[in-house]
Amino acid sequence: MVSETDIQNAVVELLRKTVVKLPADVEQAIRKAYAAETDEVPRMQLKAIIDNIELAEKMNTPMCQDTGVTIFYVTLPRDCGVNVEKGIVEGVRKATKEVPLRPNAVHPLTRKNPGDNVGERMPYINWKFGDQEHIEITVMTKGAGSENMSALAMLTPSAGMKGVKEFALNTLLKAGSNPCPPTIIGMGIGGSADISMKLAKEALLRPLDVRHKDPEIAKLETELFEAINMLGIGPMGLGGKTTMLGLNIEYAYCHTASLPVAINVQCWAGRRGTVKIYPDGKLEFPTHKR
Amino acid sequence: MTKMPKTLKTPLSEDDVRALKAGETVYLTGKFYTGRDEVHIHALEALEKGKPVPVDFKGAALFHCGPIMKKVDDKWVAVAAGPTTSSRMNSLEPQFIEKFRPGAIIGKGGMSQPTVDAMKKFGCVYLAITGGAAVLAAKGIKMVHGVEWFELGMPEAIWVLEAENFGPLTVAIDAHGNSLFADVGMKIKENEIKARQKLGLK
Repeated sequence: MVSETDIQNAVVELLRKTVVKLPADVEQAIRKAYAAETDEVPRMQLKAIIDNIELAEKMNTPMCQDTGVTIFYVTLPRDCGVNVEKGIVEGVRKATKEVPLRPNAVHPLTRKNPGDNVGERMPYINWKFGDQEHIEITVMTKGAGSENMSALAMLTPSAGMKGVKEFALNTLLKAGSNPCPPTIIGMGIGGSADISMKLAKEALLRPLDVRHKDPEIAKLETELFEAINMLGIGPMGLGGKTTMLGLNIEYAYCHTASLPVAINVQCWAGRRGTVKIYPDGKLEFPTHKR
Repeated sequence: MTKMPKTLKTPLSEDDVRALKAGETVYLTGKFYTGRDEVHIHALEALEKGKPVPVDFKGAALFHCGPIMKKVDDKWVAVAAGPTTSSRMNSLEPQFIEKFRPGAIIGKGGMSQPTVDAMKKFGCVYLAITGGAAVLAAKGIKMVHGVEWFELGMPEAIWVLEAENFGPLTVAIDAHGNSLFADVGMKIKENEIKARQKLGLK
């Protein structure tokens, strides 16, 4: 049986890996974009991103100063006898000092900064039970420049597919150069207001090169991805072919009288990491094998 | 053809600034300052109340940045220092440029027309640095001279930095009213029609 300290140490290691190195699918998408750009300005922007990724790994230092707020997704075994929550919270505290992470979490109104990324409901943890024997912890370190461009629309059912496309296009046009493009877009369709927003963020957990299992949704992902990349916003909004690295959609059934659509915007630094903690204390980092 | 990029040395004279053209790539060397939301608010407030501002922004390069700094043996070191989203400073920047006369603003995402106008009027440029490329940016920071207004918090304080070939920076708004972001904006309007057609929208 693992202890709370084991969880804490695993979380520190997970956060370090997550803020230092991108998952393989995101890095590949960036390198592919660099190869595709022909103009000097977008090429220079993507070259700086690639140089930065390599330098961050070499120096074992966070790739961006905005190490975000920590959003966790945890799958517990049914007979988990350890305080995982406390392990995660203390892990965030320790990682803030040791990695280091920038102290980003503040009180929403007084703006008081405790300095350790821990406060009321932060880190935010999404819980799930599974039939596996290990504890699985995924973290997304979410920066604010991109998160601030996220949006929710409560469409009427009659707005339908066209309404969904219109909202996606307008949200990305409005975001423009602000969210550090090329971006990764997570969309949540259906559920309810809060559920669609949650799904939009969860959609960002899926690798960029994996399409939705439902062929209709997969088609919409590809169509929106191609159309939005036609806009020419380009890397950092300075123009170019690459406005977006990927677009993932998740959906849920919703009330017959509503059509919620949510968009969560992620900058090029799509940082996510997963650790599996086995009962014997063995750790496995499926997103950071290298 | 690619020309050798220019190196700008701070403090910048008005001639230095007016010589720059939108689209050019430059590097920065010399002393420069970080300043984002709170620095803009507090500096303008201090000026209004006749209180001192701890640094001289005249001809300076102001970097929209909230860095991660680390104290190593009593000395501050920049760990990661990429730009923050400049548009958050849109409402205060024209006034800041008028009152403090910086020579360059460094950031990401560009700034709105009133700032473009103020840059033209008072002689200032906007230098775009790649967002998120914070380790690359930190590499161009040779040393940290010190910190002012630290009580505003690590991201919001004024960090006094020494640049050595800091960049690459793209002159995205020059002191003649040209803005790459405005040019791209016009192209986006044309492209939007094609994107709408593809999606079957009007």
